[in-house]
Amino acid sequence: MRRGPLRKALATVGHRVTILGFTAFAIFPFYWMLITTFKQNSDLYVGASNTAHNPFIFNQPPTLLHLKTLFQNTLYLTWLFNTLWVGAIVVLITLVLAVPAAYSLARLTGRWGERLSIGIFLTYLVPSTLLFIPFSRLVALLGLQNHLGALVLIYPTFTVPFCTWLLMGFFKTLPKEVEESAMVDGCSRLGAIGRVVLPLAMPGLLTVVIFALTLTIQEFVYSLTFISSVERMTVSVGVPVALVRGDVYYWGSLMAACLITSAPLAIIYNLFLDRFIAGFTVGAIR
Amino acid sequence: MDAAEAGPTATFLKPADTLSPRDRRLGKWLLAPALAYIFLLVALPFLLALFLSLTNSSAGSLDFSFVGLQNFRSVVTNPVFLRALRNTFVFTFVSQFLVIMLGNILARALLEQFRGKLLVRFLILMPWAAPISLATLGWLWIFDSTFSVINWLLKVAGWLGPGQWYYWLGDPALGMVAIITVHVWRLLPFSTVILLAGLTSIPAEVHEAADIDGAGPLAKTFQITIPMMLPILSVAVLFGTVFTFTDMNVVYLLTRGGPYNSTHVLASLAYQEGVLGGDVGRGASIAIFLLPLLVAMAIVMLRRSRRAEVA
Repeated sequence: MRRGPLRKALATVGHRVTILGFTAFAIFPFYWMLITTFKQNSDLYVGASNTAHNPFIFNQPPTLLHLKTLFQNTLYLTWLFNTLWVGAIVVLITLVLAVPAAYSLARLTGRWGERLSIGIFLTYLVPSTLLFIPFSRLVALLGLQNHLGALVLIYPTFTVPFCTWLLMGFFKTLPKEVEESAMVDGCSRLGAIGRVVLPLAMPGLLTVVIFALTLTIQEFVYSLTFISSVERMTVSVGVPVALVRGDVYYWGSLMAACLITSAPLAIIYNLFLDRFIAGFTVGAIR
Repeated sequence: MDAAEAGPTATFLKPADTLSPRDRRLGKWLLAPALAYIFLLVALPFLLALFLSLTNSSAGSLDFSFVGLQNFRSVVTNPVFLRALRNTFVFTFVSQFLVIMLGNILARALLEQFRGKLLVRFLILMPWAAPISLATLGWLWIFDSTFSVINWLLKVAGWLGPGQWYYWLGDPALGMVAIITVHVWRLLPFSTVILLAGLTSIPAEVHEAADIDGAGPLAKTFQITIPMMLPILSVAVLFGTVFTFTDMNVVYLLTRGGPYNSTHVLASLAYQEGVLGGDVGRGASIAIFLLPLLVAMAIVMLRRSRRAEVA
């Protein structure tokens, strides 16, 4: 059955329209953040019932005022710093726990290791919305309320299972001969891991660093639950909780903060997407 | 590069029977810290959640007494809870249905080669990469009661006449529409890339063989694509369902469960009662209602992985 040229052209048009429609849906909120960031207040707060005022374009010259407010008059930079500080320690803890565990599951545990690795991955599915209540007891008991230490303690509960799973997959792709030959040359197993396996696993380790960091930056529920002082907040909570002030309109700076935080994450995610998806689809694709 | 190639553990390597006792011991030592952490900070808190739901524990003090099933009894007769329970199911089913439908359409469109594909992939992925709380803020502004750009468009299109207005976040039905829209927007990239990985993993030879046998596009869809997609479809549905059923971010940031607690889901209600309201026992007992579905999903996943092991 051959398609006529007309049908082919129609199919192409349909395809382009589909792609355009989905792309527009995906990026519209980001476009909205961008234009809001640079609009003057008198251009922003007109009211949607005024049909003569097109909100999609700049009706007045763009301004840098909202950006200035964000960086000079809010704690945005403090929140960014807090987030990265927590992120760095969480990444470190994640590596220390997940790398040995993943290697062990990939090479040293035999049959029961497979079952165990699935069990570890399932803990990733225990939601924060079930755990925040017992954690609030634990945090109170340890005196960590309103302390970033609470987040450092708790965030590895989702980074460790996911990263162990990802890394285990990565170690399994390395041929066993790699460390066997090093061991024949007189290395111990641990020496072979340190000298041969880890350097080869660098791309996997980098993926884990990136994901532990991005999961930390994205986390909202625990940070909302355990941090109450404005100057100790992380960026994902500080912006929605502390920048929204009652009836005072702050949308320009607010949208600037959302956009500036989201854009780098989007770029990083794209670079590491394939490995991320591989972590979820194990066993379903062959 | 597609995920099928990058999927390193697609086939489980047969475990070596030649592990020396020394290696086995080392294996246990390397695994111990991670297992200990998971036991202390996931398994025990999980049990503590079950336990707290049976107590009258509150945020102010660490004292509590055992009250049996009293929390559950008072919770299940509470209309706000019943509404939240219903909302949770509506939220999960409607958004999962939309995400899988739209995800399939989008994944098929992305399967074809076209100019600017990399850029399109980047843009489409943005909603999943952005921190959910910040992305939802963007939507909060889009749904604003006075300045909503959607209302502006509807006015210009003539849908909303003079004096007519949509208060997106101030109305129970519109509130749910807004919540589901944002969640679909957020989850669509995730499901799409997973489905795309499944589509690209169907070898071209399968389609070529079907062409030689004279199969039409419909027959190919039903006899090749759908059966071969089922495992990956189940992955997208399983994770999507879990992420949706237990989510409180979108509800909390868009409506805070309002107006009048009409748009709560289980997770946001548990937060309101257990954390904001300080009634830890009650909050825990609400969160426990998330469990049956999670357990069901875990069982399905275990079965699936066992099948993959055998195959």
